[in-house]
Amino acid sequence: MSTETSGTLPLASEQNIVASRQLVRTLCLQLKFSLVDQTKMITAASELSRNTLVHGGGGHMRWEFVERNGKRGLQLHFEDQGPGIKDMGLALTDGWTSGGGMGLGLPGSKRLVNDFEVHSEPGLGTRVSITRWK
Amino acid sequence: MERIPILRMGSVLLVTIQVDMQDQTAMALQEDLAEKIAKTGASGVLIDISALEIVDSFVGRMLASISGIARILSATTVVVGMQPAVAITLVELGLSLEGVRTALNVERGVQLLERARRGASLEH
Amino acid sequence: MKREQAALLSSLGAGEGHVIDAWLDGTGVTDSAVRRSMTVEAKEIAKALGDGLAAEGDLASLQHGGWAELRHVLETLSSSRAARGQTAGDTSRFILALKKPLFAGLQQQLAADPAALMDAIWATTTLIDQAAQYTVSTFQQAREELIKRQQEELLELSTPVIKLWDGVLAVPMIGVLDSNRTQIVMETLLQSIADTESALAIIDITGVPTVDTLVAQHLLKTVSAIRLMGADCIISGIRPQIAQTIVHLGIDLQGITTKATLADALSLALSRSGWRITREA
Repeated sequence: MSTETSGTLPLASEQNIVASRQLVRTLCLQLKFSLVDQTKMITAASELSRNTLVHGGGGHMRWEFVERNGKRGLQLHFEDQGPGIKDMGLALTDGWTSGGGMGLGLPGSKRLVNDFEVHSEPGLGTRVSITRWK
Repeated sequence: MERIPILRMGSVLLVTIQVDMQDQTAMALQEDLAEKIAKTGASGVLIDISALEIVDSFVGRMLASISGIARILSATTVVVGMQPAVAITLVELGLSLEGVRTALNVERGVQLLERARRGASLEH
Repeated sequence: MKREQAALLSSLGAGEGHVIDAWLDGTGVTDSAVRRSMTVEAKEIAKALGDGLAAEGDLASLQHGGWAELRHVLETLSSSRAARGQTAGDTSRFILALKKPLFAGLQQQLAADPAALMDAIWATTTLIDQAAQYTVSTFQQAREELIKRQQEELLELSTPVIKLWDGVLAVPMIGVLDSNRTQIVMETLLQSIADTESALAIIDITGVPTVDTLVAQHLLKTVSAIRLMGADCIISGIRPQIAQTIVHLGIDLQGITTKATLADALSLALSRSGWRITREA
């Protein structure tokens, strides 16, 4: 049984997206998340991994076990050095049903986790960080 | 790259998704189904996702696409066996899967397709 | 292996039974049954400590890989103490009581070298303090998890899912609907739908005093999830005031069938499922 509390996974190919789902599943099992919480976290990771690959030109997913006020959680960072998000407001607009938004699925992923942060600079890259607490 | 097998049961095409699919596998399934519906003149497509623990927006959109393509080719699609946690997550994600019919299990799915087929033939 | 680790290891191992006894004496426990169970715990901790030292665990950091077994043993200790209703302080004191016999052992070994003795004592106290702190933080966690589980069980008990008929389930919601509550009900109901393969669920809100936008949102999400699975939902128990509130707030019920009473909902559910009821006059 691994005693690692952090790690990195490259996101350079489609297989990596599958690998990220499997890794996040393992990590959620270690923290003994409920099935629904686990499903939400893995799904969010899948969305964001894909974004990193498809829109960010590839990058990696950094993971770490975190703790706050005696509660344990899983934090994931999706980082790339791609073109960055030009219109953050639009990116965070829910658009699936209306056809608007940017199709990055950021608002949806945000609803699946407890903490959500996105930093992006056009030309410098993007980092999306999500956390799910037990 | 593995391709998901498509079985034929009378006028219904049956697909059981049991693996954590790569994006390309999902796209290939969509293409294979479109081709097979056209080739066999199938009136129904049943997609069993009871083994899927994760359905993200990519798979969700694939299911919606298959549904739309099938409809254009005069076939009805039904997705069966969605797990509770998956349903909860899809709702939270905001994916409505508009236009995709669902049923609790294969049996109900087949009944639904049968009703749809009879309904369609009554229109002629 | 560093000198401190070696000295500590031999202080621990040399008279292990003796160290354990001295340790337990230091806790002041006299009841023999309690002492017996504590002896088991003490032995596990001593073994994990010994294994960690042999694996050259870093005395300055309990997070080091070599201490994985010790951390695990401490977590188990905390959880079981938490479940038994003991305090974090008791558990911490228990760990700290190990210092005295260890110091005694170190003193015996390193009496001739005061500087080395000082180093060894310092390293030991650092490690034991961390171990005690670790039990406190994991104790907190264990208690919170216990309370959370109990709350969930209570919630499940207060919103049972009832099978009204073949293929028809009902959930009577009672009391104020908050986010947490509705989530648990949603999960329980959906799981029941999957388990019983029931195509219709009736959510009865007779016992719900008010419905605001947030509550309506939760209910609508539940219905969406039910429909995604391939089943359908009827909401019953809508009192006139609630009906007014719903219209007033502009809540769109998205084509969900609503009925004033559970009886009406059942009647509709049966006819939708193809049942016809006749009465013998």
